[in-house]
Amino acid sequence: MADAKEMKKALFGPILDNNPIALQVLGICSALAITTKLETALVMSLALTSVVAFSNLFISLIRNQIPSSVRIIIQMTIIASLVIVVDQILKAYSYEISKQLSVFVGLIITNCIVMGRAEAYAMKSPPLMSFLDGIGNGLGYSFILIVIGTIKELFGFGTILGFEILPLVQNGGWYQGNGLLILPFSSFFLIAGMIWFIRTIRPEQVEPKE
Amino acid sequence: MSAKKESLGKTVGIVVAVCLVCSIVVSGAAVGLRSIQETNAALDKKSNILAAAGLYEMGMSGSQIESTFSENVEQRYVDLDTGEFTEAPTPDYDMYKAAKQANWSTKVEGSNVGFQRRANVASVWLVKEGNDVNRIILPVHGSGLWDLMYGFLALDADGETVAELVYYQQKETPGLGGEVQNPAWQEKWEGKKLYEDGDVAIRVKKSANPDDPYAVDGLSGATLTSNGVENTIRYWVGENGFGPFLKKQAWRS
Repeated sequence: MADAKEMKKALFGPILDNNPIALQVLGICSALAITTKLETALVMSLALTSVVAFSNLFISLIRNQIPSSVRIIIQMTIIASLVIVVDQILKAYSYEISKQLSVFVGLIITNCIVMGRAEAYAMKSPPLMSFLDGIGNGLGYSFILIVIGTIKELFGFGTILGFEILPLVQNGGWYQGNGLLILPFSSFFLIAGMIWFIRTIRPEQVEPKE
Repeated sequence: MSAKKESLGKTVGIVVAVCLVCSIVVSGAAVGLRSIQETNAALDKKSNILAAAGLYEMGMSGSQIESTFSENVEQRYVDLDTGEFTEAPTPDYDMYKAAKQANWSTKVEGSNVGFQRRANVASVWLVKEGNDVNRIILPVHGSGLWDLMYGFLALDADGETVAELVYYQQKETPGLGGEVQNPAWQEKWEGKKLYEDGDVAIRVKKSANPDDPYAVDGLSGATLTSNGVENTIRYWVGENGFGPFLKKQAWRS
């Protein structure tokens, strides 16, 4: 059984040291599209974290039974089922947000983080560690989404979670919303900026010059 | 990777077992949550009707929506051929389902609105203040670029001035055609007139003069969606749609 230190590493390592978006550069697509508002970013983070954690758990539970010739298909089946369940739960309990997230919940199925962790970690590790690894990677993804969602909503709309922080000129305030930040592709700049930031404080992540 | 693990029988067995468990979980979730999802969808429709009625405020709770709706909005049924109010054909009548049945519907001819049949009896919602009707909300739908777009057209009590156009279901390109749901664009409809000398006159066109009462500026980069909106509105307020009802003004009696 893994000791506490190793568990902590699986759980918190992916936030800064081994971030799935910033270092592994996985799962960028959804990070671009749904971070315009912090609320959708939070729900997406929650949805992805639960899918990664449980897909890792279930795949790890049956990892010794999965024949290697069909392992990717079996991983996909489990991941797809979990995503559908999450989508159904969102539609039932958070209808408005599920409408905003629309296809992106379904696209968790193809999110590279989920597949990547299932194949790289859960196939070789015991269930508890895999589950923690899933939560850890979910947290790493959430961290980036929340930071970007906060920046985009604050400077694009002048609000945070819908509360007005910087009163917009349109509403009689003084702040001119930044139109670029409302558009999905502005996340490219922000994610690049975060990668730069993380690699500045963790220089060991910089790839050696070729 | 032992040889035993890779045998054909075992592979098939594992695949079948995984699929079976997954399908049970998925169908369990879908069936178990269906009633809550349907309640949500009904509530969502009501909040869109309230938005068309100009009564919706951000952050209204489910019970507030229900109570505002039941206090101010009355659902009625209209026979589209005669333009008179009529009784609901069935207790849980749905005009979009009725449009699929031959004996409940009429073929659409001479319009490129994008669907084949329309129901004979349509739902309308009357927004009341005391005993006076101050808005009439008509359900409209028609094809955009990708798929049918569903919305509500709210008219003032004169039956020809647009108060609000709200789309609640569409699959247009986000950022281009999807802008039909943008409040800034919806606002452009306010105060526009549908008829000029009794004929349908409303248009959606490029760089329309904001002061022109019969024209709304199209969405830039979304000509086909704009055309779809124009076809939709012109069909539904025309003589095959709500035209007879709007001419008779049955809500005044």
